[in-house]
Amino acid sequence: MIAKSVFRAMLYAVLLLAALFFLAPLYVMVATSLKDAEQIRSGNLLSLPASLNLDAWQLAWSAACTGVDCRGLQPYFWNSVSMTVPAVLISTAWGAVNGYVLSMWRFRGSELLFGLLLFGVFMPFQVVLLPMSQVLGYLGLSSSVSGLVLVHCLAGMAGTTLFFRNYYAAIPKELVNAARMDGAGFWRIFWRIVLPMSTPILMVTLIWQFTNIWNDFLFGVAFSGADSKPITVGLNNMANTSSSVKSYNVDMAAAMIAGLPTMLVYVLAGQYFVKGLTAGAVKG
Amino acid sequence: MSRSFESLLPKLVVAPAFVLGFAFIYGLMVWNGVLSVTASRMLPNYEEFVGLEQYQKLFEMDRWWVALKNLGVFSLLYVGGALVLGLVLAILLDQKVRAEGFLRTVYLYPMALSFIVTGTAWKWILNPSLGIEKLMHDLGWTDFHFDWLVQSDTAIYCVVIAGVWQSAGFAMALFLAGLRGIDDSIIKAAQMDGASLPRIYWRIILPVLRPVVFSTILVLSHLSIKSFDLVMALTAGGPGYATDVPATFMYVMSFTRGQIGLGAASATMMLATVAAVVVPYLYSELRAKPHDR
Repeated sequence: MIAKSVFRAMLYAVLLLAALFFLAPLYVMVATSLKDAEQIRSGNLLSLPASLNLDAWQLAWSAACTGVDCRGLQPYFWNSVSMTVPAVLISTAWGAVNGYVLSMWRFRGSELLFGLLLFGVFMPFQVVLLPMSQVLGYLGLSSSVSGLVLVHCLAGMAGTTLFFRNYYAAIPKELVNAARMDGAGFWRIFWRIVLPMSTPILMVTLIWQFTNIWNDFLFGVAFSGADSKPITVGLNNMANTSSSVKSYNVDMAAAMIAGLPTMLVYVLAGQYFVKGLTAGAVKG
Repeated sequence: MSRSFESLLPKLVVAPAFVLGFAFIYGLMVWNGVLSVTASRMLPNYEEFVGLEQYQKLFEMDRWWVALKNLGVFSLLYVGGALVLGLVLAILLDQKVRAEGFLRTVYLYPMALSFIVTGTAWKWILNPSLGIEKLMHDLGWTDFHFDWLVQSDTAIYCVVIAGVWQSAGFAMALFLAGLRGIDDSIIKAAQMDGASLPRIYWRIILPVLRPVVFSTILVLSHLSIKSFDLVMALTAGGPGYATDVPATFMYVMSFTRGQIGLGAASATMMLATVAAVVVPYLYSELRAKPHDR
């Protein structure tokens, strides 16, 4: 009995220690962002900020400089919003329709084609960077938010198709066959039967795509111009800008601003995010 | 609508996905391959065919070898670290603990954040003078010294630390899902036979988890080959090019050094590495279940 309660106490101790390990960087970010330069010098990583001082947040949002540009992260934030919203909606809708066909309207060779498409989930996107920047040039979309939306739709479609196809494959065929007997066509079955059953997978895919596209750095840094940089690129430039005095409080506030949207979604709808992670990893 | 149109409709609807998808995946892949056998520098130049010269040049570059060595060190420690930490956490969480949902949320939240965000945070934490070092001094350990981030031979381990921190929760989630799929009665039966808990895990549960371990390794190692953001945010490949990995090498050559041919060749090498890991897996996944139509 005693051995058992000692074991339980140790179990909880280890689990709590691990939780502290994962939370520590978040605490450091928040605490540092609320300090002024003097407190950063005199205190240490874990010391509490003296007060709720939001000056660094203010600076990071609208006045911090990257080179000669002193508009803060604000313009990059809105670039990210106007890139992420259409890219998430289009890639999700596209994947839903594809998944519907590839699970319920299979045709000769469709499985093989799908298998070939799956490589798009794993491929290193470095391979497409150089040719794609030429393609964007031909299309007149170089350095534009629309160009980034296009790239994210193309790059994300294989994954969203995989999500929907696997989800729809589990819907009983009898349901669709019965509707077909009654004379319902392709789109009618999709709108009336399949889509109303899709809420969970829609949530998973929307959240998955939102997190991926908001957090993307590779396409952002390779394809954006001065007026279309997403927030990850803006943050990286700001934090790596070589000025004489490093304002870590502003850097941390900027990092928090860049991370808040996905954090918020994770806290509000975490179970869908976890499903997306495990679904993407386990089944092909 | 005519019958024949109705039967064509699904194919028409899915056609753009295959046409555009294959153009994006395989078309650009081939295009990149073409670039890699040209003498392209600042701009693509399809006139001058140079065969495998760029690949030869690549493997004569010290910087590329540094990138490969870093990838080796990083992959091994990142995959291994996240795997072990994730497995331990999953097993501990599986002991019917209270507040499991809360702990899971805490372990996994880094996955929701961009590597640029966490890289920026780690850069501050690992700062040689004001970061962990100062914290230890304030805690009374006055001769503590920690400047890994700015030393050429240790900076890559900082990338490992931040990477493992970010991804261990992901491995944990995969393992936990696997553990939940195991029938409790197996464990009960083994306990009846007097087997101890560690022995049950080692001899019975781990072997059952093998497919999950396998796919976790696969996912983590392909992520490690592609890792780019974290290195850019934490060290930007520095000091010098001491923490370059293939992904940052490719980016620098292609977009800042004006060596497009060389960049394309390095991208092809990355593709080959990922394909070597992923294609056998995809193939076996697709072959394994031809009957569930």
